[in-house]
Amino acid sequence: MALKIVKGSIDRMFDKNLQDLVRGIRNHKEDEAKYISTCIDEIKQELKQDNIAVKANAVCKLTYLQMLGYDVSWAAFNIVEVMSSSKFTYKRIGYLAASQCFHESTDVIMLTTNQIRKDLSSPNQYDTGVALTGLSCFVTPDLARDLANDIMTLMSHTKPYIRKKAVLIMYKVFLKYPESLRPAFPRLKEKLEDPDPGVQSAAVNVICELARRNPKNYLSLAPLFFKLMTSSTNNWVLIKIIKLFGALTPLEPRLGKKLIEPLTNLIHSTSAMSLLYECVNTVIAVLISLSSGMPNHSASIQLCVQKLRILIEDSDQNLKYLGLLAMSKILKTHPKSVQSHKDLILQCLDDKDESIRLRALDLLYGMVSKKNLMEIVKKLMLHVDKAEGTTYRDELLTKIIDICSQSNYQYITNFEWYISILVELTRLEGTRHGHLIASQMLDVAIRVKAIRAFAVAQMATLLDNAHLLTGNMQRNGICEVLYAAAWICGEFSEHLENPIQTLEAMLRPKVATLPGHIQAVYVQNAAKLFATVLKGQEGNTDSTAAQETSQLMIDRLPLFVQSANLEVQERASCILQLVKYIQKLQQKDVEVAEEVSALFAGELNPVAPKAQKKVPVPEGLDLDAWINEPPSESESEDEQPKAIFAKEEPKHSRPRHTEVDEKELARRREARKQEQANNPFYIKASPSSQKVYQDTPGVEHIPVVQIDLSVPLKVPGMPMSDQYVKLEEERRQKERAEKKKKEKKKRKEKRSGRGKKQDSGPESEEDITPAHMVDIVTEEMPENALPSDDDDKDPNDPHKALDIDLDKPLADSEKLPVRSHRAAESLKSPAEDGDVESAAIHAPKKKNGKEKREKKKDKDSDRKKSKEEKKKKKHKHEEKEEDLLGGQAEEPAVQSEETNEVAAPPTSTSAEEAPTVAAAEAAPVPKVASGTAPNSEPDEPKDTEMEETKSSKHKKKKQKKEKEEKEKKKKKKHHHHHHHSDGGGEESVQNGTVEDEEPLPPMSNYCLLAENSYIKMMMEDADQVCDIQGNLQDGSQVVVSVIFENKCDSFLKSMEFNVLDSLNSKLQRPEGSGPHDGLTVPFQLPPGVSNEARFVFTVQSIVMPQKLKGTLTFIVKNEDSSTHEKLDFKLHFTCTSYLITTPCYSDAFAKLLESGDLKGSSVRLEGVNMPFHHLLARICFHHHFSVVERIDSCASMYSRSIQGHHVCLLVKTSGQTVSIDAKCDEPTLLGNVLDEIKQTFSQC
Amino acid sequence: MIKAILIFNNHGKPRLIRFYQYFAEDMQQQIIRETFHLVSKRDDNVCNFLEGGSLIGGSDYKLIYRHYATLYFVFCVDSSESELGILDLIQVFVETLDKCFENVCELDLIFHMDKVHYILQEVVMGGMVLETNMNEIVAQVEVQNRMEKSEVSVQCQPVAELISG
Repeated sequence: MALKIVKGSIDRMFDKNLQDLVRGIRNHKEDEAKYISTCIDEIKQELKQDNIAVKANAVCKLTYLQMLGYDVSWAAFNIVEVMSSSKFTYKRIGYLAASQCFHESTDVIMLTTNQIRKDLSSPNQYDTGVALTGLSCFVTPDLARDLANDIMTLMSHTKPYIRKKAVLIMYKVFLKYPESLRPAFPRLKEKLEDPDPGVQSAAVNVICELARRNPKNYLSLAPLFFKLMTSSTNNWVLIKIIKLFGALTPLEPRLGKKLIEPLTNLIHSTSAMSLLYECVNTVIAVLISLSSGMPNHSASIQLCVQKLRILIEDSDQNLKYLGLLAMSKILKTHPKSVQSHKDLILQCLDDKDESIRLRALDLLYGMVSKKNLMEIVKKLMLHVDKAEGTTYRDELLTKIIDICSQSNYQYITNFEWYISILVELTRLEGTRHGHLIASQMLDVAIRVKAIRAFAVAQMATLLDNAHLLTGNMQRNGICEVLYAAAWICGEFSEHLENPIQTLEAMLRPKVATLPGHIQAVYVQNAAKLFATVLKGQEGNTDSTAAQETSQLMIDRLPLFVQSANLEVQERASCILQLVKYIQKLQQKDVEVAEEVSALFAGELNPVAPKAQKKVPVPEGLDLDAWINEPPSESESEDEQPKAIFAKEEPKHSRPRHTEVDEKELARRREARKQEQANNPFYIKASPSSQKVYQDTPGVEHIPVVQIDLSVPLKVPGMPMSDQYVKLEEERRQKERAEKKKKEKKKRKEKRSGRGKKQDSGPESEEDITPAHMVDIVTEEMPENALPSDDDDKDPNDPHKALDIDLDKPLADSEKLPVRSHRAAESLKSPAEDGDVESAAIHAPKKKNGKEKREKKKDKDSDRKKSKEEKKKKKHKHEEKEEDLLGGQAEEPAVQSEETNEVAAPPTSTSAEEAPTVAAAEAAPVPKVASGTAPNSEPDEPKDTEMEETKSSKHKKKKQKKEKEEKEKKKKKKHHHHHHHSDGGGEESVQNGTVEDEEPLPPMSNYCLLAENSYIKMMMEDADQVCDIQGNLQDGSQVVVSVIFENKCDSFLKSMEFNVLDSLNSKLQRPEGSGPHDGLTVPFQLPPGVSNEARFVFTVQSIVMPQKLKGTLTFIVKNEDSSTHEKLDFKLHFTCTSYLITTPCYSDAFAKLLESGDLKGSSVRLEGVNMPFHHLLARICFHHHFSVVERIDSCASMYSRSIQGHHVCLLVKTSGQTVSIDAKCDEPTLLGNVLDEIKQTFSQC
Repeated sequence: MIKAILIFNNHGKPRLIRFYQYFAEDMQQQIIRETFHLVSKRDDNVCNFLEGGSLIGGSDYKLIYRHYATLYFVFCVDSSESELGILDLIQVFVETLDKCFENVCELDLIFHMDKVHYILQEVVMGGMVLETNMNEIVAQVEVQNRMEKSEVSVQCQPVAELISG
């Protein structure tokens, strides 16, 4: 044995450690790969050894190799082995390696769950820390689900080192397991006020990260953050909070108003640039959200812009960059304030730093005006020429196009200039944005009719010089513009100077090297051109020319017929046959030009990109429904790759018509026209009011021909945009001069004294008239287009799942799965069995509840009248009704529900099991009838107490308010149903529609605790949370959630919650307070508002149920007065409340029963009239059991008390009799639990 | 959130990589190359923020880096982080390294990559900033190192006994 250890140690001495490996790699520079592969072989040998030290060393080396790019996932299992070492040194190595190379699809991860859980609960805080750190990198949804509760417990660890790590990792857990967010949130919120600044910072960090994605759910935290902001001195925390406020203000303008002042103060006082910058940023966000309304916010804007200017002028490039970044935010809402700093921004365009230039570019977008657009773009074009990197150059290109095309070409006064800019941009080598230029060309040519002649001329030149664009294969991106060029020349061929030349250019053999979709457009538009050419030539009576053109087509087209691209091939062969036919006709001297051009008659209107999406779905049409039977899986075809422009239609292999019958063609065309006319969604060629074209005199001024002539002298096909700048300049000066003349005539003082050359002078926008009136055709939208669309949201965003309302009280079903630290068996078997079962049971619940609620709302009003009377009656008969339960099913729905509500046996119930509505209903009764029958039901001590208080104190008020009360009650009723539609649920069961697998009635454990005319308290049935971790420190705890609801019109404040401690149970009070002090409820209640507070009790013995007396004191504040009020209540802790839903596997369950440590007891329930699964769900829900196994009408269930008692049930049902055999290691506890179960079912 | 932390030298050799989002190894290497390419061509007197890394993140993400002698420290972060704050954080991290290694130089990082990781783990966890106080970081690192030492000395005992016996 000793020898083995020695041998291991000696082996280790000869092993390479990390340093040796690194040294070795450095010494083998020439054959690094070979050296490393031998090292990996060694590592593999080392991993086979038993010695954990050797393994850890090997894993450490692997981590290094992983950094160099070697895949080490094959060693994942060894990494897990090292992780589970008991030595911190090795554990740390293991977790590091895991965090570097584990990810969601690493299958061994599922082996780590228990190891991680063990490490998390290790007494050594650094073991826990290492596990948390590692887990943060490779947490999977499964791990998150299984460990959420353990991590949540760690958030209250004694060591701040663990607390802060646990808080941070919760964010990752939320992302992977969104269900954990609601249960964990209260504790996370607590941590915002943790005494340790590190923990506080971590909590701020996590909440900011959450709130950034779903800000609206976190608005309620704003006051807390506001407090933190004014009290914290930690810049890091401040920055985070201020950033968070930036995200919250758009949702709550009032918050913004509050923020301005403290933020302005911070801006003036702080010396930390980072903080200053974030303050400015948030002030900007506030101002954006308030963009109207605040009278004095121009001062704040000025302050921000001023500070930003200082940043931009700073020599520190970082500040300059950030200054520009923030400036661009102001630009959106307050462009005027930014425009005054144009000089500074233009200066930044020349900065040597690319990041800064890019930021300045962003700002330019908002700086342009009709006046300076040309100047700015000219400057950008210079940068384009100078730019060395393609990224920056492409960025410039897109910016130029963005700037020019913004708000529907608002700032372009001369479209000829813009076309030439676009054409100039085609000279860029290797740009990725060819299609962007192309779509601009198309857009302008289609929408600006006045420019078509010019555009066509330019495009023809481009086509003629296509070799310049396509010459280099690397310039592939740019050949997209040929797509646009070909289409424009074809579609608007009537504007072509020399169509035959263009046609020739389009049919060059070289074209065949272009991408398929471009060739297709070439072919199609060659046909259009052909039609135009024919038309021209036939007019000349020179038939040979026309025939020559046909011949040209027939000669060139076969090249395309052979194309590998289907689209090209199909179009080419169609057109080829057509031309052949035309040629035949031509030889017979038939005039065909008219007919051929009719093929392409009609005009295309621009259609908005989203138009299709916006077509409203006609009523009664379900797009998701199958029209025919769905095809079998095997038939599904692979989707065809999409081309950028051309939509390649699936090609059908149908026989080609070699001869197209002219008549047939005409007939088909007619038929198609007919069909289109009848189709409301076809965009017709009929001129719409939107595109009425005004031929303006301005057009004539443009010397189109002149420029065309100058172009070929320089670079062929490349017009010089600069010339337009000059021309435009001259034009404007002329205009101005004319205006001036006029003004002089009119003797207008205002404009006099302005020099001719003052082109950068304060010339207002309106002074610049466009070169020609252009009518920009708006894009067409379908009729009845839906106004807005929310298609901007990314469905894959993981944060979407975290859009969860955090203010709603926690339902029992949402609790995190709790694991026992004792039952090792259940650890081995993850909770699937129980969990799945209970999840399935809970699932339909919510929906059902919702429906019910809606139904009820409707019913409520109808019911109200008759209810008042009925209630009195019912109340008297209460005890009788209890026995009449069976008969209820025959009663009408409304009535049966009422009966249910009242039928609850109030005394006997523990607070938790009473159907909540029943209790709630019972309480207000005397109020309504207070004049006639006060305290009519003395058999319920809890209620009586309240009533006594009520009637003695508030009788007078009540009578006055009786009317209001009624209304309020109605409102309140909604509330009940909202939280606990227990009665409503039963209605569905009792109404006789009982089916075997009917959805479950909604259940809730909230029940009325006490209420008076001011306030209502609802208690959630001892929310049983007991952490095992907490157990180790200070015994068993029970958490009680109480909802306080303000029912009156006044403000309730200074609420104090106090409970008289018994020997057995004590309310946990903050340190330093006496045993009789109350706990301040941490909120105030405006009228009609409800909120939830949690109180922690320490309990010694849990075998007996117990009651605690308590008082709530509060101040009712009216406009003029405030009164002190008091409400007594009784808290009832049942034995059930000490049980924790704990999943258990059947094998573990069987072992438990076999062990013989458990004592048995049994109970029979008669007349239970509900489906078995309802019964089980009820036991699960109200008594915190989980189903272990269910066979037909028999089920085994398990639960565990907070002190570790096992409770096993065997539930059998036959007819209306249910027998429960139970076993538990504590007979008293068992007896009480069974009693409680019996009570639960005796109520229904 | 921090998406990745990369440390490489003037020649683009990685000294530490820490991704907080999964990328396959070859992708990681590609990201390192791209980032090096972007960062290395920038002068020392330009700003420390950089957009346009196409492989990691997208438009919401930016690179924030500092260049110290032979090493680049690059943080890839999204818009929830304060740019200047991250710059400070890099400074804190480097100063911490300096304290832990006593005059840190590239060689320390080369031979003790694991230790650098352990220090980083005390600064950033799962992509979120854990601690910005240098003394606290150094203290925690030192405690853990002491624990490691005590464990190693226990381990070596049998060997020592054997040699002495």
